[in-house]
Amino acid sequence: MAHEHKLAIFRGLVKFKSNTQKIWGVLIFLTIVTLIEVGLGIVKPESLMAQVLGMKALNWIFIILTIVKAYYITWDFMHMRDEVKALRRMIVWTAIFLIIYLIFILLQEGGYVFDVYKDGYIKRDF
Amino acid sequence: MSTTVVNTGTEGKTWGGATKPLNSSYGKMMMWFFIVSDALTFSGFLAAYGFSRFKFIDSWPIADEVFTHFPFLHGVNAPMYYVAFMTFVLIMSSVTMVLAVDAGHHLNKAKVTIYMFLTIIGGLIFVGSQAWEWGTFIKGDYGAVQTKGGNILQFVDTEGHRVALRDFVVVDAHAERSKHESKSGLWFVSEGTLPTYTVEEVIHGLESHDNVLVRTQIINEAGEKTVLSRAESLKQIKQNGKAVVEGANLYVNEYGSPLFADFFFFITGFHGFHVFSGVIINIIIFFNVILGTYERRKNYEMVEKVGLYWHFVDLVWVFVFTFFYLV
Repeated sequence: MAHEHKLAIFRGLVKFKSNTQKIWGVLIFLTIVTLIEVGLGIVKPESLMAQVLGMKALNWIFIILTIVKAYYITWDFMHMRDEVKALRRMIVWTAIFLIIYLIFILLQEGGYVFDVYKDGYIKRDF
Repeated sequence: MSTTVVNTGTEGKTWGGATKPLNSSYGKMMMWFFIVSDALTFSGFLAAYGFSRFKFIDSWPIADEVFTHFPFLHGVNAPMYYVAFMTFVLIMSSVTMVLAVDAGHHLNKAKVTIYMFLTIIGGLIFVGSQAWEWGTFIKGDYGAVQTKGGNILQFVDTEGHRVALRDFVVVDAHAERSKHESKSGLWFVSEGTLPTYTVEEVIHGLESHDNVLVRTQIINEAGEKTVLSRAESLKQIKQNGKAVVEGANLYVNEYGSPLFADFFFFITGFHGFHVFSGVIINIIIFFNVILGTYERRKNYEMVEKVGLYWHFVDLVWVFVFTFFYLV
């Protein structure tokens, strides 16, 4: 059975000797990322409360770290790294395109409804 | 691997049969397609959560104030520690799963068995933790008063610390009313559990405690909930107080918008259901491994396929964790 694993992560910065070793390496990385997230969530540094693109900078950091974690779970635990390019793109690009589209529409609409309640004549607060 | 040997004269040719498209077996590819569609279902839910949150962006509950409990530590304010533990348990069980897949590639039955077992244990710990989390959320902690418009009024002391209803409200023994049950009156009319206190009792309690103030749902510029002045507090409760809310269900929610509770139950419930079915599937595969099904097949690909599903459940949790607890 051909089960060739690509053993380098971070674009070749870290190379592992075996697949098992890579798994533990990725676990350590994911744990560190989770600890950073939880730490930031508890401390909530004042400097990261500034608004960036309609959201707190801290929330952007959380979302980016989540996507980083999702990448390593998919690429190393689900072995996406070892699949052929066509399969990878079929799965990842389809999902990412549709999800971004959906999020854009719903968040846009949610913000609009908020504005209608806030600035329009419709009130729900009585 | 194959038990029959057939020569068709087309070996090595793309359309001659026996060629795996995309170098992937049928089962694995179908698992990937299922995962894509399931990912879209979950993102539909999470995007709907985002929609509701953006709609009520100035009054959404703050997650840090909702999930503050840790098992066996009563009265300790421990936001997020437990959910961080749950995340770690799930990532850890993902690791044992991928180790099982790896051992499967080496046809090492003993190792696959151990790692599958550990994965199942991890999954069970996670589901149990989620049940505990639900229980705490449903039971509630401080209690609140709901207004006619469906807004939630909570209570704080002058320093801004939360005050529970039980700390300042006294049950008026004379005014106590028992719950109506269909057997004791109109058989087609029934009602849910009555809260411990009535709105009148809360008003009395508030009048007799000068240091208790009302906190509204509105988030001010500092990112905190607005606290009303003493006079405003009494006015709000007297004019608008309609029902006492303790804990959360699909209709009312002491932490704030009922939508928050609805989405919490729905999304974590749907995810918990995935974990639960994942555990069941893992158990089935675990027994197959013990019985030697894959040993005889000389192929542990089934472990790999359920592994994909299991990692996907972990993947979804990473997002649920971010959007419910962190952001």
